[in-house]
Amino acid sequence: MSIPNNNATSKISPTGELTGVLLHLADNALILGQRNAEWCGHGPVLEQDIAITNISLDLIGQARNFYQYAAELMGNGNTEDSLAYLRTEREYKNCLLVEQPNGDWAQTMLRQFLFSAYQSLLYSTLANHPDQQLAAIAAKSKKEVTYHLRWSSEWVIRLGDGTGESKQRMLAAIDALWPYTGELFLPAAYELEAGIQVSSFEQAWMENIKSVFDEAGLTIPVNTFMQKGGKQGIHTEHLGYILTELQYMQRAYPDSQW
Amino acid sequence: MVEQNNIPKAGQSQPGKEQEIKKIMDILETVTDPEIPVLTVADLGIIRDVIVNGDKTEIIITPTYSGCPAMDMITMNIKLALSEHGYRNVIVKPVLSPAWTTEWMSEEGKRKLKAYGIAPPNPRQQVCDEKLFAANEAVQCPHCQSYHTHRVSEFGSTACKALYQCDECKEPFDYFKCH
Repeated sequence: MSIPNNNATSKISPTGELTGVLLHLADNALILGQRNAEWCGHGPVLEQDIAITNISLDLIGQARNFYQYAAELMGNGNTEDSLAYLRTEREYKNCLLVEQPNGDWAQTMLRQFLFSAYQSLLYSTLANHPDQQLAAIAAKSKKEVTYHLRWSSEWVIRLGDGTGESKQRMLAAIDALWPYTGELFLPAAYELEAGIQVSSFEQAWMENIKSVFDEAGLTIPVNTFMQKGGKQGIHTEHLGYILTELQYMQRAYPDSQW
Repeated sequence: MVEQNNIPKAGQSQPGKEQEIKKIMDILETVTDPEIPVLTVADLGIIRDVIVNGDKTEIIITPTYSGCPAMDMITMNIKLALSEHGYRNVIVKPVLSPAWTTEWMSEEGKRKLKAYGIAPPNPRQQVCDEKLFAANEAVQCPHCQSYHTHRVSEFGSTACKALYQCDECKEPFDYFKCH
């Protein structure tokens, strides 16, 4: 699917350059989609294997919409494929949370929950952005994320409030992932330029997390040292491995097509 | 949510060309969803507009889900079908806003889905909110018509479907979920 490159200039937002924020949104969705896809064929039961890969598909579809729009604005021969397959680790702007390893099912569910809760609020905000194409992609994606959020919330409750073993795994997942949540609400320069205030919905996010944690018998950690840098291209060691696998075909056989 | 009477009708933007547009819509009636072959693109409600300008024909479509893999093939099949009827200069253009909803699916489409063994979306949206552990929707079994069914999984064989099972006839079935 391609968006014709006719009236690109008229779509650039009056609030500033959008490319950075589009790549950030696309990278978030692509990397989490790729991570979730690692479960394909390995889910705990068939229905949940299908669920997590459905979510993967939604996320990769969202990534394509953002990449296509970014490529249209960037011009210069960029395409959705060149943006996904030919940028290096330092050029990727996804937040650190989405690149964290799948771990066990508890860790994957918690990562999805923390991120979907954020993405849902972010897309609601972006649906009112003055740039019409960005707003359209966000409004469309928000409907899909509603399903992801509800499904992952239910899993957090089911595991947190489940057996001793499932609770212990959920606690370990919180320890592993919580340090990557602070970055979500630290505005990057490209977000501010595009008029997007991520800090404005931090409290709403926290309330959502708390209500699910309360029901799951889990508590929100306090005084955690927060990691940051992903939004600026400074990643954990995991992203390089993800890109190695994701980009292998295009690197080994440049311009190959299905 | 979009009200029934706001369902976009192709060709509204072009008075005087109704006949030409009707001809194109009739051709589009033959293009089906590769994953649910009983549904045409018109049944799905993804044709948003048809714009005729001289020998140029523009078909505006909207995806059901962002990641729906059928969209590329649907685009190609629309071009092929129109080309068979002599339309050479065809552009299929995707738009995302307003976002597609199952309310745009035709009544005929719902009837065909059910006959095919897939429960059609319920006429009133019930699941598009964020409430956790929401009660399962009462979905009618497309095989034995019982409402005594339960949801197995919210995510099914394609992005647009959920997996249900009938408690009467015990058959599992797909439900084209509200969106």
